[in-house]
Amino acid sequence: MSDLPIGWRDHQEPGRYRLEQTGSQDIFGVVHGPQSLKPFVFAPREPLLQIERTKGGFAAHPALPHPEQIAVIGARACDLAGLAIQDRIFLNDAYRDPYYAARRDELFVIAVNCTRALSTCFCASMETGPRAKTGFDLALTKVDDMLLIEAGSEAGSGLLSELSLSPAHENLIDEAARCIEACARSQVRQLDHARLPQALYDAHDHPRWDEVAGRCLACANCTMVCPTCFCHTVEETPDLSNQQTAHARLWDSCFTQEHGYIHGKNIRPTIKDRYRMWLTHKLASWIDQFGMSGCVGCGRCITWCPVGIDLTEELSALLTSDSRSSVVGSPVEGT
Amino acid sequence: MSNPDERQRPKLAVVKFASCDGCQLSILNLEEDLLALGRMLDIAYFPEASSDMRPGPYDIALVEGSITTAEDAHRILALRQQAKVLITIGACAMAGGIQSLRNWADVESFKRTVYPSPEYIQSLSTSTPISEHVHVDFELWGCPIDKSQLLRVITDLMVGVQPRLPADSVCLECKRRGNVCVLVAKGLPCLGPVTKTGCGAICPGMGRDCYGCFGPSEGARKGPGLPPNTTSLARHFHGELQLIPIEVMRRFRGINGSVSPFRAESDIWEQKT
Repeated sequence: MSDLPIGWRDHQEPGRYRLEQTGSQDIFGVVHGPQSLKPFVFAPREPLLQIERTKGGFAAHPALPHPEQIAVIGARACDLAGLAIQDRIFLNDAYRDPYYAARRDELFVIAVNCTRALSTCFCASMETGPRAKTGFDLALTKVDDMLLIEAGSEAGSGLLSELSLSPAHENLIDEAARCIEACARSQVRQLDHARLPQALYDAHDHPRWDEVAGRCLACANCTMVCPTCFCHTVEETPDLSNQQTAHARLWDSCFTQEHGYIHGKNIRPTIKDRYRMWLTHKLASWIDQFGMSGCVGCGRCITWCPVGIDLTEELSALLTSDSRSSVVGSPVEGT
Repeated sequence: MSNPDERQRPKLAVVKFASCDGCQLSILNLEEDLLALGRMLDIAYFPEASSDMRPGPYDIALVEGSITTAEDAHRILALRQQAKVLITIGACAMAGGIQSLRNWADVESFKRTVYPSPEYIQSLSTSTPISEHVHVDFELWGCPIDKSQLLRVITDLMVGVQPRLPADSVCLECKRRGNVCVLVAKGLPCLGPVTKTGCGAICPGMGRDCYGCFGPSEGARKGPGLPPNTTSLARHFHGELQLIPIEVMRRFRGINGSVSPFRAESDIWEQKT
């Protein structure tokens, strides 16, 4: 119990994250941390192959991970939505990724339904939260000093049956639903995706791209904290004897110089090109590609952008026709 | 690996100009890998390591330090003639180092203040990178350089592959390592977003802000890549993190302060002080 963040609360704003000890007994006061579930399944650095020189050639040995079972306590609905998208990419594609699969199989997720929204949250408008609907083994809702527990998988039910718990009273279930509903209504940010993907394609030459490029650092933080971004590169590390090399996969980003480099030319040389590529893929062409949005509304890209660029605000500006630079720094009003 | 005889092994020279020797120490700190390096290469000239100093020509010359004296300006020309591949190592060789702060100051007044007989000091009024004097084949950034990057580049050269190092920002490595962003979570004026990766994000890993010792993430030299958006980061340091203009100027005018994107930004904030 002492490992749980009892009494801690997170405050998140564009480009700003602070923790506060409130002195309360609240276990789940921290809504979400710097990372989603992504690093547990899509490892930031994954050794793929160990390659060695043989007589007349080479041999490649897969370095499949042997992960331990991991239980994550406190995943949020947005995290589960992100995980579902990563599953779609790494598991349900024609090319199932055995490295991701090995880690995914060992993951046991205890979700927490949100009853407090951060200023950066907009899961309600993305219809991914704040209630965890699927993808968890157990889901908890804190109502006053009670914990309402719901099983979402066989493994979850199995664990519940081992505990001596009393069935939840209907009033408690209703009260939990009201708290989650109130959390959804309290969200100050929205992402207006009704006209996507087409509206963003139509905004390809909007002057707002130049304006945001003036602020964007192309540092890649937004993509690194995004629960759904899956770009990766591979790296060789040969040993000095030139007999062996380790072939590893590591997180990459569409904001790096090399990402846009193909056959003698960088197709995205400017920050404007890179930001436009990211936002257009995330919110528009992702829908064409995977049949869903690439955004789950967690707001991490807003918080962890060093200069606090807010994609809800950018989209809103981009979908407003012919707007010259609009005011920066305030949450977007609902439309 | 077979142990090729002396005549076959490529000859390596490690040469020092104005510097603190830290990058050369990084080579000595390779420990076991230093032995492997010694088997791969004939370490012909490395005064920091051995008094056995053999003359050129050399197949690979690793050059540490900047040019701060007229004598060194000649010495680097002579070395270039002797070196098939010339690789600069560290911020001094790359950008003039911390001693390039003299480029914004009056060196004569320094001499008078520090030395009782300043007339004995024969020093140029500037500290300049090696690339301003001779053609450089490859650059290893950092203060000091990263050992793995050095080994990687030498390994690539030995097998005849064009060496290539990432030009991403430090932020990517921070996130891969699971560091919590010190800029966002602590409000520190971290240069990571505009600085080249390669160090392993060691400063943010210890809860400190990056001070840019690997130089600008992109655009420090001709070729692919654009200068990083130092303007936006500097504005954030001033507007949101409450740094006064001289503090913003000093963030960019550090170890790599003479490299063009950082130099330009520091000059802008100097105007505002």
